[in-house]
Amino acid sequence: MIGLLKRDLALAIRAGGGFGLSLAFFLIFTTLVPFGVGPQTQVLAEIAPGILWLGALLACLLSLDRIFQLDWEDGTLDLIATSPVPLEGLAAMKALAHWITTGLPLVAAAPMLGLLLNLPGPAYPWLVAALALGTPALSAIGTFGAALTVGIKRGGLLLSLLVLPLYMPTLIFGALCVTRGADGLDALTPLILMGGITLGSLAILPFAAAAALRVNLR
Amino acid sequence: MPDLGTYALPVLSSYAVSLGLLIAVIIASVWKARRVRAQLENVENRRGRSA
Amino acid sequence: MASIWEYANPRKFMATSAALLPWTAGVAALCLVTGLVWGFFFTPDDFRQGSTVKIIYVHVPSAIMAINAWLMMLVASLIWVIRRHHVSALAAKAAAPVGMVFTLIALATGALWGQPMWGTWWEWDPRLTSFLILFLFYLGYMALWEAIDNPDSAADLTAVLCLVGSVFAVISRYALLFWNQGLHQGATLSLDREQNIANVFWYPLVITLAGFGFLFIALVLYRTQTEIRARRLKALIAQERMA
Repeated sequence: MIGLLKRDLALAIRAGGGFGLSLAFFLIFTTLVPFGVGPQTQVLAEIAPGILWLGALLACLLSLDRIFQLDWEDGTLDLIATSPVPLEGLAAMKALAHWITTGLPLVAAAPMLGLLLNLPGPAYPWLVAALALGTPALSAIGTFGAALTVGIKRGGLLLSLLVLPLYMPTLIFGALCVTRGADGLDALTPLILMGGITLGSLAILPFAAAAALRVNLR
Repeated sequence: MPDLGTYALPVLSSYAVSLGLLIAVIIASVWKARRVRAQLENVENRRGRSA
Repeated sequence: MASIWEYANPRKFMATSAALLPWTAGVAALCLVTGLVWGFFFTPDDFRQGSTVKIIYVHVPSAIMAINAWLMMLVASLIWVIRRHHVSALAAKAAAPVGMVFTLIALATGALWGQPMWGTWWEWDPRLTSFLILFLFYLGYMALWEAIDNPDSAADLTAVLCLVGSVFAVISRYALLFWNQGLHQGATLSLDREQNIANVFWYPLVITLAGFGFLFIALVLYRTQTEIRARRLKALIAQERMA
């Protein structure tokens, strides 16, 4: 299973774009926001937590269809399925690889983009904490969605339709945590609730994803 | 016709919307049922003759 | 002897549902006409809401049935996953569009009621937002059914989606309560109260609720029959191609 993880990471680095693209998307998305809502710093500061979370969410979403698609097309997925590694383990490793290549860079980049949007000072630790806790859930949910749609040609749009409603609770608690942090209120409660969602997703969704993969490999 | 007062428009339009949507889903169901049934009969007849 | 699992046999299901369909459809039509006519023509106006209170007769039953339709899909999906009865999977597929229409009715009538009462068509209130999300779940579920060719795979994948979706729908509901305090009043009907609303409004409401319920049952039976026929049609065509 560690081998699988290493392979995914190596592929992501070598093929290029794995690390960079979603990060670049996050940057462009954040840059476009002031053009849409105007450059007033007060407005930007107020909406910054939500915008940053939305950007991270969409950046995650864009890279989802590649989780299984390539392995499915060249037959690697069948090979792995016949190997002794359980599919649950594969799904968990895929989610972890997706998080390392997408979620982790987003967490690191978010404070810089927060500066662009004039995010208030006390919100920064909460922003990093919330994203660090929340993006694993995004990866796990996304892996499940990718497993559902792996057999469908041009399933990208369908994938977003399936996955985005599932992202809702994470988005609500994550953005709420940062907003409260920005207002100097107690932000720990939403953070803990979001941590609960993340742990629950990590515990359950690899099994659901493996079930979906088995159906698709049949 | 009861006197709906100032709220005639929302009340009437919500009844219209609800009934319209219900009738739409019923018609869609009937439509699809008819089409499938006709196609199925078509195929079964064809097979009946050839067999 | 007569176990519920007998209806897992499509032939048996077709026969029973064909016998039940006229009755359920008839009861549904009767209840809907009685309840709606009673509610629309013969109930007084509320002293605060004026005549907009009449919207309750379409809003509340459709909202209740929208949630129950999803519950029914959840149960049917579970039966399919556990016992592999094809009729169950097809019933879940048949119920989804009906549930979606109920959700849409609840949203539309809610907006029409909210405009004069709250002064806004839409408010990001937990209840309203949950229904919007329920609508999105219905859309995703139906889209997944349409997207997959192999019927068994489609049934399996949509069942998994329905199970996971239910969990997340419940989480979203409570997340939304946390997110924003709502404008929406509490439940109109609940079992643990002596009297929910004044009897003049209560009787027609219960009748329309029964009407919506029977309409849902009738439509699901009817659409499941269609799905069974469509499945048979597909199998026959595939056989012909092979021959």
